[in-house]
Amino acid sequence: MSKESPKLSYFLGKRLNKFFSGLASAYRFVLKFFREVWFPPYEFKEFIRQCYQIGYNSLPLISLTGFIVGIVFTNQSRPSLTEFGAASWLPALISIAVVRAMGPLVTALIAAGKVGSSIGAEIGSMKVTEQIDAMEVSATNPFKFLVVSRVLASTLMIPVLVMYTDFVALMGSFLSVNKNELVSLSTFFVQVFDALTFLDITASLLKSLVFGFTIGIVGCYKGYNSTKGTEGVGKAANAAVVMAMFLIFIEELLSLQITNYFRQM
Amino acid sequence: MQDKVVEINGLTKSFGELDVLMGVDLNLYNGENLAVLGKSGSGKSVLIKIMVGLLSQDEGSCKVLGEEVIDLPAKRLNALRLKIGFSFQASALYDSMTVKENLEFPLVRNVKGLGTAEKNRLVEEVLDGVGLLNTLNQMPSELSGGQRKRIGIARTLILKPKIMLYDEPTAGLDPITCVEINNLINQVNEEYHTSSIIITHDLTCAKSTGDRVAILLDGKFSAQGKFEEVFRLPDERIKSFYDYNFINT
Ligand SMILES: Nc1ncnc2c1ncn2[C@@H]1O[C@H](COP(=O)(O)OP(=O)(O)OP(=O)(O)O)[C@@H](O)[C@H]1O
Ligand SMILES: [Mg+2]
Repeated sequence: MSKESPKLSYFLGKRLNKFFSGLASAYRFVLKFFREVWFPPYEFKEFIRQCYQIGYNSLPLISLTGFIVGIVFTNQSRPSLTEFGAASWLPALISIAVVRAMGPLVTALIAAGKVGSSIGAEIGSMKVTEQIDAMEVSATNPFKFLVVSRVLASTLMIPVLVMYTDFVALMGSFLSVNKNELVSLSTFFVQVFDALTFLDITASLLKSLVFGFTIGIVGCYKGYNSTKGTEGVGKAANAAVVMAMFLIFIEELLSLQITNYFRQM
Repeated sequence: MQDKVVEINGLTKSFGELDVLMGVDLNLYNGENLAVLGKSGSGKSVLIKIMVGLLSQDEGSCKVLGEEVIDLPAKRLNALRLKIGFSFQASALYDSMTVKENLEFPLVRNVKGLGTAEKNRLVEEVLDGVGLLNTLNQMPSELSGGQRKRIGIARTLILKPKIMLYDEPTAGLDPITCVEINNLINQVNEEYHTSSIIITHDLTCAKSTGDRVAILLDGKFSAQGKFEEVFRLPDERIKSFYDYNFINT
């Protein structure tokens, strides 16, 4: 036992050391973003290109998932509500669930998988093949060109995608409600909007901004710090997804606390 | 006395425990081609990365075109970088852009108010110079290793640099393509009046492109001079380098 313990503490120490130095470098990376984002040159063209890539290219996947989430959630909730004779509350329930939680969460998780990994892989491979160095020697700030543009694009596009997901999920839900409870489209949406408060919508959008920022910055950070070799690129992409998803859940929890605080005021 | 475009004195660089450069002295004179030879891992790439400020030295001085690179503020460093062409070991072409966009990249970002016609003319000029006009709209992934090297060189030429740094221009290429690249390097030197450093471990390349060769051994330049002079030296390490190349080519 006494022989084992120095070994254990050694490895534990090494682990902790690695963890905290990783944390410090991530912190510096985020700080650098906030220092660089305000000053020219602004990479406007690259920003637009990224918005297109992140937004438009995620549409098919998000449409499908949002739609299915809407239908499934409606059908799963119906029996419980019917038991209490409250099936007419279905639109209100779905509306709250989708706008407050499901829409942002589903969108962010899918984007973490799709957008985060592709940013991580792209920047990672640019790093290991010295394309980032090449930019630097041609007097272009690679951090601005690659990182700032991508992070801004994902911060802007994720909320847009969230609104879209909300809409698609509600349409899915409507199909189910329309078929079973014979509610018309206008009645459905009147009930949907009646259930929502201003706080719900702002909280949902603010949360989505944070999710978007997280996905972008984690992808860029992991890519920018990927180590030599093609293996490093795969690892960077993978780590970007895992890290982003983890952070998204933490942020979801925090945002719940914050909105609850405001709701009680 | 010719004027020096690069002047390096007592340069050292370590990565943690690993001492890579240990007191490097090197001059590059105006208009010459200097071939730098050295084993893999001897710090050749590190040396030229210090020259463009991608890495910074621990001690010593590295002056390029009269300016101490490590002391330069970002703006002036960028101005200096535009006068240096850096051809990367693995070409470093931007994967997501076509050949044309790759070539335009330094141009669009550094030369203001350039018309489309003028831009296209410059792109075609350098592309023609490396003999690859037909690849204009291809993606880097569709090119062969030798073609990528040439495009990489063309991309650095588009801003008409005063100094060219080639990091292993012939590594991983077949002998015939090597000769073509060597000729290209000599042609660039004549047409653009550049001074160049050619990093290589290929003696044929060093011999055919270098006006002078310098050998990096154990973190220092142990010999400099004309090719024949250097390889006539009685140093075992240099001899083994020669033998190694001789056996392997
Ligand atoms: N950024 C870095 N961080 C840590 N170590 C590095 C870094 N860059 C280079 N090294 C180390 O410095 C040493 C010299 O590397 P360098 O790339 O200059 O070698 P080289 O002479 O160019 O070799 P090759 O012919 O294989 O390209 C290597 O051992 C390498 O591991
Ligand atoms: Mg090298």
